[in-house]
Amino acid sequence: MNCLSTYLIISALLFSLGLLGILQRRNLIGMLISVELLLNAANLNFMAYNRFLVSDPVTGQVITLFVMGLAAAEAAIGLSIILALYRKMHSINIEAAQKMKG
Amino acid sequence: METSGLNFILQAAFWVTVALTVAGASIAVFPRNILYNVLGLALALTGIAGFYLFLGSLFVALMQLLIYVGAICIAIVFAIMLSRPLHMEALPRPRAKVWLGILGSAVFFIGAVSVALKTKWLPAAGHVYNSSQWSVQNIGNALLTRYELVFEVISLVLLVAIIGAVITAGFSRRISS
Repeated sequence: MNCLSTYLIISALLFSLGLLGILQRRNLIGMLISVELLLNAANLNFMAYNRFLVSDPVTGQVITLFVMGLAAAEAAIGLSIILALYRKMHSINIEAAQKMKG
Repeated sequence: METSGLNFILQAAFWVTVALTVAGASIAVFPRNILYNVLGLALALTGIAGFYLFLGSLFVALMQLLIYVGAICIAIVFAIMLSRPLHMEALPRPRAKVWLGILGSAVFFIGAVSVALKTKWLPAAGHVYNSSQWSVQNIGNALLTRYELVFEVISLVLLVAIIGAVITAGFSRRISS
């Protein structure tokens, strides 16, 4: 059970679920949730490689921590943009946001 | 006998974690109700924290719980409450887009899994697994020596993001009111 390919398959599954979410949803918050899934799949890969392959044990964990920090920043910015859009357009549908094309 | 029983419990716990994570990710993607999506995301992130425990890193698992489940999910719930998407009409999805999305992600999944299975993964030369090397102390040393520049830049990015979030959400309120 605890081998590299198990983790790789799980994270591929998570990544494709997140990709599916981004491609088919039109709710902006739903798309943000899918982005979080994608980032977590990548994090899981980093941790698995770190545990099973890499000689230096901290690199993967440090990268995972950095990705978590960036994800927090991305969520904060994304949510505030969604709130601003909602106040302007009274909708968080992505097709409503296409009005910004002009 | 004793160790095999322990092994069995570990195996069972691992597969339960897998099931929880995949179920949470599906709940996060498929239902139309956005609140279910957030709860599924929290479930999947908790499962991933469990994977980090299985991989031997307690610190990263705790950080996952703290940052993702504790902060990001709550922030998304706040955004849902403020923007009230629950009362909006849900338009039917165009069929072709859904099928193209399913096709694209299935192609990615098959490609990634076949690459992961076909490659012969060899550990690097100096690879030894030793849980004492995964201590918080080592992570802290690495963060403050080799990765210090990245650490500082990340804190700068977080600061700018927080200020930007406040300005974006606050200014638009002033404009629209």
